[in-house]
Amino acid sequence: MIALQQSTPAPDPLSVPSNAPEHCPGTESELAGKADACAGCANQEICASGQSRGPDPALPLVRARMASVKRKILVLSGKGGVGKSTFTAQLGWAFAADEQIQTGIMDVDICGPSIPTILGIASEQVHASSSGWSPVYVQDNLGVMSVGFMLPSARDAVMWRGPKKNGLISQFLKDVDWGTLDYLVVDTPPGTSDEHLSIVQYLKESGIDGAVVITTPQEVALQDVRREIDFCRKVGIRVLGLVENMSGFVCPNCKTESQIFKPSTGGGRKLAQDMDVEFLGAVPLDPRIGKSADYGISFLDEYPDSPATTAYLDIIEKIKEQLGD
Amino acid sequence: MAAPAEDTPVGRRLKNVKNIIIVCSGKGGVGKSSVSTQLALCLRASSPTARVAILDVDLTGPSIPRMLGLDGHPVHQSSDGWVPVYADGSEARLACMSVGFLLKKKEDSVVWRGPKKNAMIRQFLSDVRWGDLDYLVVDTPPGTSDEHLSLVEHLAPVHSRLSAVIVTTPQAVALLDALKCLSFTRATSLPVLGVIENMSGYVCPCCGEISNVFSTGGGEAMASREGIPFLGSLPIDTELVTLLDASDVSKAEDTASTSDGEVRSFRLLENYEKTPTASLFKTIAEQITRTLASRQSEGDVAIQQTA
Ligand SMILES: Nc1ncnc2c1ncn2[C@@H]1O[C@H](COP(=O)(O)OP(=O)(O)OP(=O)(O)O)[C@@H](O)[C@H]1O
Ligand SMILES: Nc1ncnc2c1ncn2[C@@H]1O[C@H](COP(=O)(O)OP(=O)(O)OP(=O)(O)O)[C@@H](O)[C@H]1O
Ligand code: SF4
Ligand SMILES: [Mg+2]
Ligand SMILES: [Mg+2]
Repeated sequence: MIALQQSTPAPDPLSVPSNAPEHCPGTESELAGKADACAGCANQEICASGQSRGPDPALPLVRARMASVKRKILVLSGKGGVGKSTFTAQLGWAFAADEQIQTGIMDVDICGPSIPTILGIASEQVHASSSGWSPVYVQDNLGVMSVGFMLPSARDAVMWRGPKKNGLISQFLKDVDWGTLDYLVVDTPPGTSDEHLSIVQYLKESGIDGAVVITTPQEVALQDVRREIDFCRKVGIRVLGLVENMSGFVCPNCKTESQIFKPSTGGGRKLAQDMDVEFLGAVPLDPRIGKSADYGISFLDEYPDSPATTAYLDIIEKIKEQLGD
Repeated sequence: MAAPAEDTPVGRRLKNVKNIIIVCSGKGGVGKSSVSTQLALCLRASSPTARVAILDVDLTGPSIPRMLGLDGHPVHQSSDGWVPVYADGSEARLACMSVGFLLKKKEDSVVWRGPKKNAMIRQFLSDVRWGDLDYLVVDTPPGTSDEHLSLVEHLAPVHSRLSAVIVTTPQAVALLDALKCLSFTRATSLPVLGVIENMSGYVCPCCGEISNVFSTGGGEAMASREGIPFLGSLPIDTELVTLLDASDVSKAEDTASTSDGEVRSFRLLENYEKTPTASLFKTIAEQITRTLASRQSEGDVAIQQTA
């Protein structure tokens, strides 16, 4: 039978630059710059010289910019559409509810940025100043950066391969004038691709405080989430915990709860147990969450008494606890 | 036209594939994989001789093996390339290929940058023994990135047989990404068969009240605005979720062998046909086959004229 894993050890995923060819042995490898695959690679000279581990000149600039950011949190999921962007937005809003807390949201979903819509700032544009690009502010203490602010029209597709995405992510980290931040929350696309590798590569040195992993209850989502947790372990990111979203639906008419995405294999709670990560809580399906997102209003402010709001706030408390804040 | 262009490894391998349907969405989780699965099942059922395959190019989040109840099946090498996994056992009218079959442990993450993805997709198209197919359905990951660009690039030799189905859910955030996906199909001159609005409305199992959990109607409005066909809406169907989760299969998973694979897959199609969605999907699949058939006969006419 055929298996993906070959006899040669796979390179550490973090040591493969975005512009490297298919069989790059990894810049940390003995063979860096000398392997057959290196022929023609733009980094060959640097890699072969052995002096520079990681040929990216953006790294020191990112480190400088990130020095004034206290907490960096990633929101991840292997599965699409489980509510990463929605959760990122609630997290941002909840942190920023305290006027003393400076919060930033960075959207690295380059092909499908939802953050501008969810935060109600879809028509905004990014402005450049002498100290870099300035984020778009939802309120004084909540700044946002997304590729969505840079497109001539919302319907334009961003048809980019890895290296261009990598370039934009490095710009978001080094050229955006984030100022001093207590929290930087990063919304990601689903999967374990170029965006994820790039963000982890760039932030590794400055330190990522952890990842919040989002799932929905059905197995088709859980299997991708297991892979995402495996990814976190491979690249050394702490998993702050798992959130189960869309966990049950209460009929507005008869108030009976039914399971739309039935947890056929035990749902998020069991997965958290199996993989030894913290279970942060479950957020029910509530059509008002989707509507709030579509209209760009804060669900937490709009429906403070709903069970979903309580669930969100409990989860956010637990995240703070995990962070020691 | 361009006979020499077809003479590439991909062109040769797909020589006897009549139609290639790319299922895409822009937004994640809207139901690309479940639509791909259902489309393949319906196309297979559309005639007693129809031969169908699904290629899963979602390399970091493959769902198709699970949805077809084929989790854990190995892929074998033959002298003539990789043998796909058949969801219907010895009948061999529903083939499938996915990264999911190639992982040692299914919870292993696939952490690849673009160039490796590109190479894998090329191999899927050129090294798999697809054989004669009426339809090849391609499930894609969300977005418009490496996988999509590689796919369209490698399929260039068979471009005249390509078409796309766009899946969306009714929320604004999903429709926005569906528009991006549409821009992608236009930029790459992929003919669009139409839009499917998925997860549109939910019937409470207790009182029958219809809730628009994810809103409703946006997909149809978008299709008419953009001048592309609207193929239909599919309501939220909890039976479908459970079926595609293949939870009954997972218990017998470790003992998975080709023989019970056969029994199982008949069960899959049978069970699928019992879900409320199946009959709705059938009309969607019929529209698709009709469009493709008329396009094919137009193409034949065009060829006769040039000949
Ligand atoms: N608990 C919930 N109840 C109802 N709708 C929800 C809930 N959580 C999220 N949604 C809605 O589900 C859809 C998907 O959510 P969202 O866009 O946040 O997912 P995502 O994981 O970021 O998706 P993608 O993978 O495309 O980035 C959105 O329309 C959102 O408004
Ligand atoms: N009509 C429907 N009713 C209820 N659930 C559905 C429906 N269509 C799909 N689902 C469920 O929604 C979940 C997401 O669907 P699916 O995996 O097909 O989406 P996808 O677009 O392929 O996601 P990804 O972007 O992660 O590849 C699955 O669990 C699926 O079973
Ligand atoms: S030169 Fe460096 S970056 Fe390029 S392939 Fe070789 S090891 Fe990888
Ligand atoms: Mg998102
Ligand atoms: Mg999918």
